[in-house]
Amino acid sequence: MRKLGTVLGCALILVWCLLPVAWIISLSFKSQSAITNGSPGFLPAEGANAGWQNYIDVWNNEQFRRAIINSIGISLIATLLSVMIATLAAYAIARLEFKGKKLVLTMALVIAMFPVVSLVGPLFDMWRAFGLYDTWPGLIIPYMSFTLPLAIWTLSAFFREIPWEMEQAAQVDGATSWQAFRRVIVPLAAPGVFTAAILTFFFAWNDFVFGISLTSTEAARPIPASLSFFVGTDPFNRPASLLAAGAVVATIPIVLIVLIFQRKIVAGLTSGAVKG
Amino acid sequence: MTTSYVATAGEDTSTPSGKPPTSDRSRAEARLGQKLVAPAIILMLLVTAFPMLRAIYLSTFNYSLTAPDDREFIGLNNYITALTDPLFWQTTGITVLYMVVTVAVELVIGFGFAMVMHRIIFARGVIRTSILIPYGIITVVSGFAWQFAFSYQNGFVNDWLPFIDSTFNWFGETTPAVIAIMVSEIWKTTPFMSLLLLAGLAQVSEDMIEAAKVDGATWWQRLWKVILPNMRAAIMVAVLFRALDAYRIFDNIFVMTAGAQKTESISFLTYRQTIEQFQLGIGSALSVLLFISVVLIAFLIVKLFRVDLAQARQEG
Repeated sequence: MRKLGTVLGCALILVWCLLPVAWIISLSFKSQSAITNGSPGFLPAEGANAGWQNYIDVWNNEQFRRAIINSIGISLIATLLSVMIATLAAYAIARLEFKGKKLVLTMALVIAMFPVVSLVGPLFDMWRAFGLYDTWPGLIIPYMSFTLPLAIWTLSAFFREIPWEMEQAAQVDGATSWQAFRRVIVPLAAPGVFTAAILTFFFAWNDFVFGISLTSTEAARPIPASLSFFVGTDPFNRPASLLAAGAVVATIPIVLIVLIFQRKIVAGLTSGAVKG
Repeated sequence: MTTSYVATAGEDTSTPSGKPPTSDRSRAEARLGQKLVAPAIILMLLVTAFPMLRAIYLSTFNYSLTAPDDREFIGLNNYITALTDPLFWQTTGITVLYMVVTVAVELVIGFGFAMVMHRIIFARGVIRTSILIPYGIITVVSGFAWQFAFSYQNGFVNDWLPFIDSTFNWFGETTPAVIAIMVSEIWKTTPFMSLLLLAGLAQVSEDMIEAAKVDGATWWQRLWKVILPNMRAAIMVAVLFRALDAYRIFDNIFVMTAGAQKTESISFLTYRQTIEQFQLGIGSALSVLLFISVVLIAFLIVKLFRVDLAQARQEG
């Protein structure tokens, strides 16, 4: 009886998680005409398939290609910068005694809860004055506002678990401080840094508010913003199947990361929020 | 890293932390610590505190980007305009509704998912991987997926729900449109909630549950008297995070209705005033009001659960 419940529960979770994904994939393979004719149904239907045509169209769309490149570049740079800065801070928090330690954590927590839209107006005004509007740095800098707190929390929770005594033990065994740090602490810290980097990348890739507010052309517009402004040839009829194909393309990098690093992400998510 | 510094850290474990640093070593350690956190602090202040102060400043002007030369100081008039406008209260009301309903539904479903995931031994990896998929998917994409699903032209929802007419337009009226937006939001963020609750569930001692069982407590009693009280900190963190996140709801509304049919949230109103209509003065006032309400909600939730956040995270 109990076992049956668990199996049913598992099935329910799987349906919950995968149904909309299956739907959007199915939609992305449907032909535009089948959709405009109305109600194409959930599963692929006879005569309504477009094969890879939607994907080819998406790929040949200049705007779309630029947006993918922007998203990858901007998210990677933002991730790299914020993880580097957060690693320094998290190391200090986990390892050193100093005034203002609590302040850093509290500040990160407050900023993590900050309504992003509140920043958009002043940034819009300032960026236009500084020439940062519609540029890569113009997005990378605001992304720090939500990636840094996240990285600091995840990393400091992780670093606190590292048995720092091992470093001293290595020194007793004759290693220099630098050797002890590099051989013992760096390998122990690396997985945590990596986890923080993945989560940070997720957040940056998912951003929408900054993406639509601080860009105006394909010079810097990231993929979520680009998708939402994509109208196709007929502005009165949003090309659903083409958009679905674009959505799938934008999702593939994320799903690949999830599939490969599943264990790390769960650990990072939960340790950052509820220390367990 | 110097040897003396390592030795200090060694001593530190024996002395209770929090005492004022007296020796040269601990002073050096404090300096190093402050140097290491400085870049993070400076950046966080630059990207949030500074724009926020600028928003407070701009909110006291009648300032439109379409007529920048007409900028004039008007004190608190923007706030009075916002607070006396029914549109402000209507969007705030709908935002609170989004927040309360989605967080409540997510808490129940997320707890159910967490219970299932806590119990399974087989296929653990598969379930955990799939639960991360909605979390990883861009909100805009999930918005599109659900918009197309609810659409009577290309969707399947009307076909699958027996009590709904196949030509029913979900986005033609406020209530169904709000429901569709909530479904998209709930779908995407329930997995996050369930992962947080799963971590909390793992902290409840099995011994206590067993003891309650031996004493003859029913499943229901064990849930309410043992499991849930022991998860209070985890539940509060999950609710706090999700509630503040839900209060900022924007992406789904933008994609699914673009604010039509009175589905507009307070974030959306702020965005529309500042970016679309270039009204930086009133937009900044709305930004400040949005910020104040988020702080208020955070304060209320923390008070409600009476949990020290720092303690919940074992900050000490």
